[in-house]
Amino acid sequence: MEPREFQFVFGALTIAWLIVIAYVISIATRERRLRKELDRVRKMVEGK
Amino acid sequence: MRERLMYLLAAAAAFLLTWNLYKIFFVLPITANVAAYQIVYFHVPAAFTALSGFFVALGASGLYLATGKFKYDEFAAAVTEVALAFATVNLITGSIWARYAWGIWWTWDARLTSMLTCWLIYAGYMILRRSIEEPTQRARLSAVLSILGCVDVGFVYKSIEWFRTQHPSPVLSIRDGGGMGPGMEAPIYWNFLGLACLSAILIIVRMRQEETAREIDSLRRMAHSY
Repeated sequence: MEPREFQFVFGALTIAWLIVIAYVISIATRERRLRKELDRVRKMVEGK
Repeated sequence: MRERLMYLLAAAAAFLLTWNLYKIFFVLPITANVAAYQIVYFHVPAAFTALSGFFVALGASGLYLATGKFKYDEFAAAVTEVALAFATVNLITGSIWARYAWGIWWTWDARLTSMLTCWLIYAGYMILRRSIEEPTQRARLSAVLSILGCVDVGFVYKSIEWFRTQHPSPVLSIRDGGGMGPGMEAPIYWNFLGLACLSAILIIVRMRQEETAREIDSLRRMAHSY
């Protein structure tokens, strides 16, 4: 593989995986936020 | 049970994607009839994953409209979001491949334009879901948009047969294309399977989140009704 072709292949694969990783991180962040929110709302309901 | 299934799918995805990476870079011949063909091994499976996800969402949306059960709406939302992530991968890897093969990042070709339209429709679907508070109305409108959006999915799939423009016409032998050469197509399908396993994990997690969000919503309503 010539160097220019390698740069494009490497760039494309890196970006593809970065998108997937960013999406997984966003899901994990949402998961944490939802858990916190659920605990908060449960406490609010139990307190009433 | 769900946890065990997720670990199993994660192991399958990790194995398939790593094994294919090795095959693509070290086993397959360096020359092929497609320039920078290694990109195609991620570009095409990402498209398969995205388009099949939109089709699954179409089925789930139809089931929601037919039954009114929220679990179908939650499933459609989870699948659409994951499919949209892979549609993004498809568009960006395609653009990088185009820069190498054609010398341009983008052209308003039938396939590229229809895929971008598809991305915009489903991005609109996600925005629509966030902008409507009332669960029944949100689910109903989202289902209608998902069903209408699927017309474009069919168009994306057939566009390279209907229009002979910049994007290569069908290459894969399953679509009556010329093929990529002996043994060179298999990693595309294995990568698709790997990405499908990965998508299944993400869909399970997103489904659980949708369920949690619904629980929060009903608890809030309960708290306000006191």
